[in-house]
Amino acid sequence: MATDTYELKVVRQFAIMTVVWGIVGMLVGVLIAAQLAWPVLNFDIPWLTFGRLRPLHTNAVIFAFGGSALFATSYYVVQRTCHTRLFAPGLAAFTFWGWQLIIVLAAVTLPLGVTSGKEYAELEWPIDILITVVWVSYAIVFFGTLATRKVKHIYVANWFFGGFILTVAVLHLVNSAAMPINLIKSYSAYAGVQDAMIQWWYGHNAVGFFLTAGFLGIMYYFVPKQAGRPVYSYRLSVVHFWALVFTYIWAGPHHLHYTALPDWTQSLGMVFSLVLLAPSWGGMINGIMTLSGAWEKLRTDPVLRFLIVSVSFYGMSTFEGPMMAIKTVNALSHYTDWTVGHVHSGALGWVAMISIGAMYFLIPKLFNRELHSLKLVEVHFWLSTIGVVLYITSMWIAGIMQGLMWRAVNDDGTLTYSFVESVAAMHPYYVIRALGGAIFLTGMLIMAWNIWKTVAGSKPAEMAIPAPAAAH
Amino acid sequence: MGATLNSIWTVVALVLFIGIVVWAWSGRRKADFEEASRLALEEDDQPGAMPTENPSEDKNNV
Repeated sequence: MATDTYELKVVRQFAIMTVVWGIVGMLVGVLIAAQLAWPVLNFDIPWLTFGRLRPLHTNAVIFAFGGSALFATSYYVVQRTCHTRLFAPGLAAFTFWGWQLIIVLAAVTLPLGVTSGKEYAELEWPIDILITVVWVSYAIVFFGTLATRKVKHIYVANWFFGGFILTVAVLHLVNSAAMPINLIKSYSAYAGVQDAMIQWWYGHNAVGFFLTAGFLGIMYYFVPKQAGRPVYSYRLSVVHFWALVFTYIWAGPHHLHYTALPDWTQSLGMVFSLVLLAPSWGGMINGIMTLSGAWEKLRTDPVLRFLIVSVSFYGMSTFEGPMMAIKTVNALSHYTDWTVGHVHSGALGWVAMISIGAMYFLIPKLFNRELHSLKLVEVHFWLSTIGVVLYITSMWIAGIMQGLMWRAVNDDGTLTYSFVESVAAMHPYYVIRALGGAIFLTGMLIMAWNIWKTVAGSKPAEMAIPAPAAAH
Repeated sequence: MGATLNSIWTVVALVLFIGIVVWAWSGRRKADFEEASRLALEEDDQPGAMPTENPSEDKNNV
């Protein structure tokens, strides 16, 4: 009977699209990084310019690549840890096709210059409505599966996935509220500094819940799975979850230091950003210590290495973030490439690498195959690591240099450098950054080949749902 | 009024959080948490799909 197996088709679809959208999003990223080093690559074509392609890059890597990874893993994990089939599989299929449609619409409208101008929420109102419909369906499928679970306890990964789904729904609805004037243009429902605050309440919590809580859900399932050991401290994972929920929501104002935002709000954002270090590092230690007693596996298992190094990058960027949220540090770092480096230490090091690790674990299982080549995973691991390190170190140097050049003054009080001088000084670092990105992208292409060889000609796997355990 | 509500909510949230920490670390939860932490691992996985099982084996020519 069909109901005796897990619903895996939608998981397979999202898993494969994770690899596809990863390549597309990162390719656009490499192109715009190259444009910053060599502006001639704009080709004087409006829809190829940095301003139009940059939101396409961010939307593609966050929502298409990261989103597909989250859909795939959450649908898989919630079924397997609840011992029940996915609730409303038809609706789950709708979330797949709806999400793909949204991505395609983004890929068409953003290069055309159709944008609401809100960072990480650029899509115009008709697409926003479609996102809402798909997201509500996602919530129904996920929470419906939780509600029909056959085990008493809700495994911690599901708490993180559930928190992510719920919070993103609220963030999207509030921040995207707008007055349309036609099909492709709308104005925000908020004005002035309120608009800015709501935007960064959204923006930072998109980082906190989409790019952190969701991927921590991945960590809490796939790290124990690949290490073959239970999570280091389950009680710490419970506190980790609630601490993130109670603190992340307040940290947004650190994006608006030294603006028209009231000073007390800036300080509040700074303090909560500093507090965030505690739960973030608690979670990181919990993830890494899951390996205690099994450290030797890191030597032989490149998939596990992807997962563990990603958690290390999580620790690194969640140390850097609170530090940059300190107002005096922010006075130097804000509006510089240091921020860009920080984002990519999180996005490439943490989000992308944990997704890649999870996909290397998941895809062979979904297609009932062995991974084609572990050696190629090893190669991919080193390309990713080298790529990220080149990217973030070049942006550290570039950012700090920019900050120092902008604030340098002569004895008579005039600025030492013109703005364009700081731009010219960035050139070598922009070249290194583009190189780092290209190396990371090369790793993704190797992954695509490896996954292709793994799944080609395979039959979809069927996984039986365990019979309910005897009452105890 | 709004400020009072904000203050009350802040205090409630803090108390709630401390309550969660105490609850999570209470001895009574230990056995349940240990069982819960095995939820991810207890299932029998697909044969051959676990890349860590035979790390010494070269799988390049599958």
